[in-house]
Amino acid sequence: MKVMNLVQAINDALDIKLAEDKNVVVYGEDVGVEGGVFRVTEGLQLKHGADRVFDSPLAESAIAGTALGMAIAGMKPVIEMQFDGFVYPAMNQILSHLSRFRNRTRGKFSVPAVIRIPYGGGINALEHHSESPEAYFGHTPGLKVVIPSTPYDAKGLLIAAIEDPDPVIFMEPKRIYRAIKQEVPDEKYSIPLEKAKVLSAGEHVTVIAYGAMIREAQKAIVLAKQKGISVELIDLRSIWPIDRDTIRESVRKTGRVLIVTEAAQSYGPAAELISIVNEEAFLSLEAPPTRLTGFDTTIPLPLGEKFYMISPERIMFEIEKLVRY
Amino acid sequence: MFNEETLNKYKPIDNKIFSLIDDEGKPLDKKWQPSLSKDAIIKAYKDLLFERTADYMAISYQRQGRMFTYPPNLGQEAIHIASGMVIKNEDWLVPAFRELGAWLAKGVSLKEIFLYFKGNEDGSRFQAANRMLPVSVPIASQLVHAAGIGYAMNYKQEKAAVFAYVGDGGTSEGDFHEALNFAAVWNAPVVFIVQNNQFAISVPLRMQTKSINLAVKGVAYDVPSIVVDGNDLFAMYEVLEYARNHAISGKGPMLIEAKTFRVGAHTTSDDPTKYRTKEEEEAWAIKDPLKRLKGYIAHNKLLDLANEDTLIAEFKKKIDAEFEAAEQHGDYKLDDVFGYMYEELPSELKRQKNALENYYQNSGGAK
Repeated sequence: MKVMNLVQAINDALDIKLAEDKNVVVYGEDVGVEGGVFRVTEGLQLKHGADRVFDSPLAESAIAGTALGMAIAGMKPVIEMQFDGFVYPAMNQILSHLSRFRNRTRGKFSVPAVIRIPYGGGINALEHHSESPEAYFGHTPGLKVVIPSTPYDAKGLLIAAIEDPDPVIFMEPKRIYRAIKQEVPDEKYSIPLEKAKVLSAGEHVTVIAYGAMIREAQKAIVLAKQKGISVELIDLRSIWPIDRDTIRESVRKTGRVLIVTEAAQSYGPAAELISIVNEEAFLSLEAPPTRLTGFDTTIPLPLGEKFYMISPERIMFEIEKLVRY
Repeated sequence: MFNEETLNKYKPIDNKIFSLIDDEGKPLDKKWQPSLSKDAIIKAYKDLLFERTADYMAISYQRQGRMFTYPPNLGQEAIHIASGMVIKNEDWLVPAFRELGAWLAKGVSLKEIFLYFKGNEDGSRFQAANRMLPVSVPIASQLVHAAGIGYAMNYKQEKAAVFAYVGDGGTSEGDFHEALNFAAVWNAPVVFIVQNNQFAISVPLRMQTKSINLAVKGVAYDVPSIVVDGNDLFAMYEVLEYARNHAISGKGPMLIEAKTFRVGAHTTSDDPTKYRTKEEEEAWAIKDPLKRLKGYIAHNKLLDLANEDTLIAEFKKKIDAEFEAAEQHGDYKLDDVFGYMYEELPSELKRQKNALENYYQNSGGAK
């Protein structure tokens, strides 16, 4: 066991898979010599060689498209999109090819590639560095979309993603890259990609969140407890497919649900989750399923983010409304 | 035989076209001898004739309402047949969508091609074709796949080349440039072939680019590039063979602009009379690749061409049989919609599939 933050846990997962499987390669912009702008891949090139961990030319479409080429030729590429807002030039490759190749060729070719994307706001970054684009991927048939919120999950989910026979979008909440430390086993382990996790059991309200919003929700739970409200917190972990069983079980018990996402509201993950709540637990509901999300605005530059980013107090405000309903 | 010296004589910036036979099929240089055997030339002629016959048949099936949209190859066949002669079993073929003769040589069956254009993904399974990618509709997007495969061939130390195709319009796409750049930086064994057939659906080349030709686009990436007469089977063969050797000997990618003309429509849904003239079509008819190859065969008395009709009749029977096999392929099943999305069907897709099955069970058979 070592105490690790998310960055170290992801690095550890990559290190283990690189050592174990010669077909694994890691590349993208600045991931080789520098170890990535967030240092997630630091030390890996030195350890595993410049033909396995390397800097590619700067073109996201080709980074994604070449990963498909390598994957169908028997390799397991793990590529990095440097920031959330830089993935858009790669959308044609991801939506038109990576997600479809197995189906298009009736299983003759498959694409066991992982696309890592640091995502989300709250880090005082430049424009295009604070986006939450998970809905685009969750809406795309043929992909799996995973978001860890802890170092332990990050390692286990990334190992599972690399070993998955299909393309996985692995989104990393960069705001909490170094904010959370946790004991992480040294050895290899994996966590199933389809499973949500109940982080804390509660009676009155279910809160569903993922990524950096988990930490904000946990702070809100402390506030709720002070007022005698018991909250059940679900870390969704898998954005697609969604673990209906865990959601059903929880909402049937509490009858009240709040979804918290940083992503913009319309057609977003919260809308999908509320549909699932309605389909699975309609007769148990004591109040309308509620969502607290980013606005349907461009995420503001750092000085405006205070209005956009969701605070524990705002989560608490919605929890109280649900309980009083 | 085409060599490095020849390549250097045809610098794209000089805008010269590499060609070996004239419009009548006579060698441009009297001393030139083909590197292909008599049998290989006769086979090339038959394969070209077969591709053309299959194309006419496909258009006819489409007109009869037995097949959906189809993109004909007419006029561009020399590029495909020459490719088929060069591409080995261990090589990769990364198609756009208009390379029929090359696919057939790779081991794709006509039945599969018909099945695909009849609207069934089973047609992209390519059961007997090793290392053959499916048709790529988003223009030029397949070229970066080729660069990635090239990286994998180097990484695995395999001696195999990747042949990747695109049209003239595709050279305006970002992926064309990204692929050339990645392949060059990675020294990837990729042969990029631009089938410059003068039109991207209705848009003529002069509106596509200000470049003097399309091969010149490879120069900035330090990719050896050349303009070749795409209607000259011998020229295409020699350059492709050279490019393959170049690629597998560790020298990296090459770019070949094959200058040709799309005699037919873009697809069966297109009407070329709207955007090109009779004069233009007639000027290119003189350069028809089949006519020129037959000219060479006749001058050199390699084969009695009087039997062509018999040959075509034979081909038609074979093609009809393949089409009938496609028609009898069997129903598209609900399992085919869901079953290939992931290796293991995720719970959410099981649920969605069950919902439809449940509807069928309760609807009394109404779809």
